[in-house]
Amino acid sequence: MYNTYMIRYGEIGLKGKNRPAFERRLMDNVYRALKKLGSPSRVLRVYGRILVESEAEPSRVLDILSKVFGIVGVSPALRLPLEEEAICEGALATMKDAAARVLLPAGAALIFKVEARRSNKQFPRTSPELNGLIGGYLLEHFPGLQVDVHTPKIKVRVEIREKNAFVYADDIPGVGGLPVGVSGKALLLLSGGIDSPVAGWMAMKRGIEIEAVHFYSFPFTGEKSLEKVRDLCRILTNYTARVRIHIVHFTDIQKEIQKNCPEELRVTLMRRMMFRLAARIADEQGALALVTGESVGQVASQTLESMRVINQVVDIPVLRPVVGMDKLEIVSRAQTIGTYETSILPYEDCCTLFLPKHPATRPRLEQALEAEQVLDIESLLAGALERTLVEEVQQPLP
Amino acid sequence: MPGRQVYLDNSATTRPYPEVTRAVLEAMEEYYGNPSSLHKKGVEASRVLGHAREAVAASLGVGTGEIVFTGGGTEAINLALKGALPGRRGRHVITTAVEHPAVLNACEQLKAQGVEVTVLPVDGQGVLEPRQLQETLREDTYLVSVMYVNNEVGAVQPLEKIAAVLADFRQGGRKLLWHVDAVQAYGKLSVRPRELGVDLLSVSAHKVHGPKGVGALYVVPHTKLQPLLAGGGQEHGRRSGTENVSAIAGFGVAAEVVAREAQGEAGKIFSLKKKLVDGVLAAVPGAILNGPVCRQDNPCCAPQIANISFPGLRGEILLHSLEERGIYVSTGSACASRKNQGSHVLKAMGVTEELLEGAVRFSLSPMTTVEEIDYTVEQTAAVVQELYALI
Repeated sequence: MYNTYMIRYGEIGLKGKNRPAFERRLMDNVYRALKKLGSPSRVLRVYGRILVESEAEPSRVLDILSKVFGIVGVSPALRLPLEEEAICEGALATMKDAAARVLLPAGAALIFKVEARRSNKQFPRTSPELNGLIGGYLLEHFPGLQVDVHTPKIKVRVEIREKNAFVYADDIPGVGGLPVGVSGKALLLLSGGIDSPVAGWMAMKRGIEIEAVHFYSFPFTGEKSLEKVRDLCRILTNYTARVRIHIVHFTDIQKEIQKNCPEELRVTLMRRMMFRLAARIADEQGALALVTGESVGQVASQTLESMRVINQVVDIPVLRPVVGMDKLEIVSRAQTIGTYETSILPYEDCCTLFLPKHPATRPRLEQALEAEQVLDIESLLAGALERTLVEEVQQPLP
Repeated sequence: MPGRQVYLDNSATTRPYPEVTRAVLEAMEEYYGNPSSLHKKGVEASRVLGHAREAVAASLGVGTGEIVFTGGGTEAINLALKGALPGRRGRHVITTAVEHPAVLNACEQLKAQGVEVTVLPVDGQGVLEPRQLQETLREDTYLVSVMYVNNEVGAVQPLEKIAAVLADFRQGGRKLLWHVDAVQAYGKLSVRPRELGVDLLSVSAHKVHGPKGVGALYVVPHTKLQPLLAGGGQEHGRRSGTENVSAIAGFGVAAEVVAREAQGEAGKIFSLKKKLVDGVLAAVPGAILNGPVCRQDNPCCAPQIANISFPGLRGEILLHSLEERGIYVSTGSACASRKNQGSHVLKAMGVTEELLEGAVRFSLSPMTTVEEIDYTVEQTAAVVQELYALI
């Protein structure tokens, strides 16, 4: 029944002079996300809200809007002509719809209030008059109602605007954050695991546009593990228009490290090479930071000592959004985002062939530097970048 | 990707013969009627079905009334194992530890219905000792299910000896059904259920260069079987649902090839397999053939499957390394490799953990050539040496 959605975006409201740019970005993102509906929709900005008009199934519209960063809340609403009768009927329909979702003990009255706001002063009734008028109409036509302006279970809101009246009751929380794109771009190091997609999602939540880099070690890992990474990106496109993946041919680097470097340092050295490659791709793509799924102390390579030695090879910021979360929190977030089921598929992203039995948990920088001496780092990096493939993962349009 | 493509994963599935593809397409375009319809379109479709049924029946040396088309080997097996239960008094099933998951998991479901399942062990070659079957048979055994050729290691079960054991047991009027999973044997060995006294026998089209999603169950006449699906009573009331005419047409064409060439090709396939096994074992010290000894006079050795372990390597890595050179193989069976656990077949044969991880299955077909085998031996040797150098 609803044909309009009123979008609130609290955090953006605080951004002072940037506000218009932020709003434009959010409107753009909303508009692009709604293309998935396959039916026309309109996105307008009015009075500090974004208004979406769509005739599509409300549950689908709400599902899409619930995944657009920057939206704090959505109210599905009825857009009505500026006529008392139509407004009263609309309020009744909204009331019925909202009441169906309220659980009440048998015999208890449903407590409600009407909250009218008249910003169009041409309309002949004042806000208090409207409250009384519509409240009375509802009491008359909907049995079991009781007015209480202090503790209502349902608030029927009526907004009298210039051309239309809007009636709504529900306020569905959005995912929050900032619209993707307002904070620039970063490069996400995406393995097939649980953590990195969550890290990417959290970066996106802060308005960062994401490109992904995946280190592919065929034949030590297979096409299925690559397909899994593509699937993860596809899930992330529920939250952003598209994700570009840079698939770096990492095999030769792994082999060289395996052949020439001390076993306990392999992981450290591999990560240093990954960071170097990622930093170069970031530079090329205009990305301002790297994003990783690292969390302190989870595995041997994620001690602070390790992070420092690995981080030393790059000078762009490395964001680690899940550093403040423990494993259970990350898993539960992954489940909410929808990446968990894909992440736990058994195809390995990093070949165990190359994992030492006892990796150094506290590598020292001098050790790493010395161990790397035997590698021709420049030509290895160039070789890997030359064989890097770029793919774009997009939400399929209907 | 190199231009060369050597497909050695034929036990997972095969490449359809061009004439199969043509028959499927023709049936979809021309014979789209419902075989149950009374008009001309229906009659034409039912004729296509009839031809295919004749071809499949002929390839097994049985009558057309004994063939039930199913949605593949797994369904045929499920129909045999589950369908047999309601009509019988007994509540005991005997099978082997190396069966396909379709059999083992169907047995798990039977357990929930109060059936007792005895799973017989196998020897180091993956072969059942018929005497063990003899000792396990009971008054209330209603079904024995033994595969013909094992899909992972190519062990051929001694069906004639099993037939003798069962014939012996049946003397004196004891009734039980014998099901044979012949999915991997079909098209490679002579599959003759009547001669062996087999009651139920499952085959699948896509293992013999036919289409996927179609198989058949041979059912000895007058056998009570409860259908898995309720419906319009197609396939003599044993398998409801509008027949998959186009796939069945393709199956028919593949079955004609089976009837015409099966045994003629087996010798050729075996010699290629022997060349492969000898070549790889000679080139890679430490490599071990799992399953039956590869000799022509070994009755337990199927012609098309070679399972080789490379100690210290992970099968998956070798698989992808060969893939890089255009050679497609598998680790264990295609179904098991997805689960990322060691093969239940190799475990049942007593293969050690290290060899379990490094097992790779090469499976050949009549399409396999000498050049492909030479290339595979050469590349496998090279790849394995390269990988050994890394660890």
